[in-house]
Amino acid sequence: MGLTRQSFGAASLREKFAISTKSGQKIIALAGNPNTGKSTVFNALTGLNQHTGNWPGKTVLQAQGSFYYLDQEFVLVDLPGTYSLLANSIEEQVARDFICFADPDATVVITDATCLERNLNLVLQVTEITERVIVVVNLLDEARRKKIQVDLGKLEQELGVPVVGTVARSGEGLDDLKQKIYDLAKGRINPKPTMIKYDIRVEECINTIEPLISELHLGRLNTRWLALRLIDGDMTIIEGIEQYLGVNLSDSFKSEVSLEWAKVQVN
Amino acid sequence: MGQSASELDFGNIMQIVRNTSHDGEEKIRDRIVSNIYARAEELAERVVTKSQTRNLDRTIDNILTSPILGFPIMLLLLGVVFWLTIQGANVPSSMLAEGLFWVEDRLTDLFMYLHVPTWLDGVLIHGMYRTFAWVVSVMLPPMAIFFPIFTLLEDLGYLPRVAFNLDKLFKKSGAHGKQSLTMSMGFGCNAAGVIACRIIDSPRERLIAVITNNFVPCNGRFPTLILIASIFMGGLAASTYSSAVATSVVVGLVLTGIAVTLLVSWTLSKTLLRGIPSSFTLELPPYRKPQIGQVLVRSLLDRTIYVLGRAIVVAIPAGIITWILANIHIGDMSVIAYVANSLDPFASLLGLDGIILLAFILGLPANEIVLPIMFMAYLSEGAMLELESLSVIRDLFVSNGWTWLTALNVMLFSLLHWPCGTTLWTIHQETKSSRWTILSFLIPTVIAVGVCFLTTQLVNLLGIL
Repeated sequence: MGLTRQSFGAASLREKFAISTKSGQKIIALAGNPNTGKSTVFNALTGLNQHTGNWPGKTVLQAQGSFYYLDQEFVLVDLPGTYSLLANSIEEQVARDFICFADPDATVVITDATCLERNLNLVLQVTEITERVIVVVNLLDEARRKKIQVDLGKLEQELGVPVVGTVARSGEGLDDLKQKIYDLAKGRINPKPTMIKYDIRVEECINTIEPLISELHLGRLNTRWLALRLIDGDMTIIEGIEQYLGVNLSDSFKSEVSLEWAKVQVN
Repeated sequence: MGQSASELDFGNIMQIVRNTSHDGEEKIRDRIVSNIYARAEELAERVVTKSQTRNLDRTIDNILTSPILGFPIMLLLLGVVFWLTIQGANVPSSMLAEGLFWVEDRLTDLFMYLHVPTWLDGVLIHGMYRTFAWVVSVMLPPMAIFFPIFTLLEDLGYLPRVAFNLDKLFKKSGAHGKQSLTMSMGFGCNAAGVIACRIIDSPRERLIAVITNNFVPCNGRFPTLILIASIFMGGLAASTYSSAVATSVVVGLVLTGIAVTLLVSWTLSKTLLRGIPSSFTLELPPYRKPQIGQVLVRSLLDRTIYVLGRAIVVAIPAGIITWILANIHIGDMSVIAYVANSLDPFASLLGLDGIILLAFILGLPANEIVLPIMFMAYLSEGAMLELESLSVIRDLFVSNGWTWLTALNVMLFSLLHWPCGTTLWTIHQETKSSRWTILSFLIPTVIAVGVCFLTTQLVNLLGIL
């Protein structure tokens, strides 16, 4: 009981993000830090079949395009380049909302092989939200030039999601990427990402909050991740839940909550 | 029904969240973020192998942005840049002055030969040409030295490191860390700095950055500061140390500007623009070998010639107007003396005089012309000095009652006063709000007046003069 989720199927959710889909198309989100060659991958996959606009209600550019692989048509949505999904900026909020509320069939995270550590922060945050993730380690040519080697097999094993190495500029590895997208979107592979273990204090909080959230039955929304957002005081996620899941939290409740948070933040 | 149930559930959850996660210890968000970062670091260590050859950048960064050495190195570099500028500008300045004033004499000869009427000779030679000569000989050499060095540092990739060092201070002031970048842009041009504030997402933090950008001296004000520091402050010390003294004065002014930026940001974030600073990631680009030739050409053409050109274009009409004002008399007083006299009582409270204040007011279109207007106004008051070297400027000022306190106040006022016309216009474009534009004018003005007033009264009170 509680939520009338039935009326908010994936299709209507996608409308809220201004993604036009025909039936049978699979939605693929493209995330990544700025300057990782995300746009190169986007262009290489979709070619001329793309159109741009704005995210609904935001002045952030949205680009989407489509491509076929084997018998399947995909819609690729280029998310704003961000370093994290902690909703510090409008771009981060847009990217996060799409990944967690639009329910894409796969999320591809582009990373820069020459500074993988920084890029992994985003990867880890994405794998917390959804299991259907593919990590692309791009700019392998630059890494080779800088004598940086990335053990892709080991990365795949550590992360628990498929990893593809590419040089998007020359097209290297893109067929492999399409195959992985196909397999993932079609449900042929089911990644089980390794969860980040937080320190005891944080884990305690999660353990208290997560069961309560599960009782709300918020559909595919990852309860552990939602618990983390609530614990860290992210008010934007409540906005997101209201906006995309159609849960109306009363104004008095909201203002009470935000007041509390304001106090907490000041301390 | 359904909704109220969820409301209730959520309310309970939030209550529990509050109880569990906040008990005055380290903020939970910081813990979460640092856990994610630790995991990323651990992962990267396991899967990435780097050959040691390429880690020079990292080593340099560790020194340039180290908590202990970062600031001293910044100060040192700043000092070296100004010292080179001040030390290097002396000789070419007097050579240029000599050359240009030799031309002035020849022009006068020519005018006399052609029997040009005296008033026209006055407007063209003493009004227009002399201003032009002064602007060029006083401003060109420091700019021709300062801008290439500054561009070189920029090209090397040092400025993002400066931003990195300052980031913490800005966050403590309740502002956005990116403000350190927009502030650095302001050293070039405040209008450009204001436009650069677009990179800050939160409107609150963007406004803080816009309003405070003016507190770092731009291209147009650096020459003024450097010149007054070297002819006045430097002159106080024995000649061997004069450049060093002048340098430390300019460095001190820049630091004052940064301190005021932080202070005003802090005050704004506690009053008019309350809120919590948001975090961001600052990417430190790799160091690049600067292309010396290109740097020289770019800084000479883009900056030196541009600023000088702007100065001349605005200064020439200003010179003519000033000359005319100085030579039209009301009773036995020239218009300029009349206006200056009426400004005098207020200006003297600030340790300035009427002409200086008038020059700042007339200099609203462009800061570059403040000093030339002062020259013109002083020169027009009868003190027709044979200007052939920099020390003569000092004599000119002294004969008009300047002391080191006047020089200090002029520099402080120049550093802190209202933004130039272009910057104000840009602020209006960016904020689309007359209210914030007016505030961006008023806040610096009040601060400049206040600081100069306090300095003057303090010095008078202590009787140091």
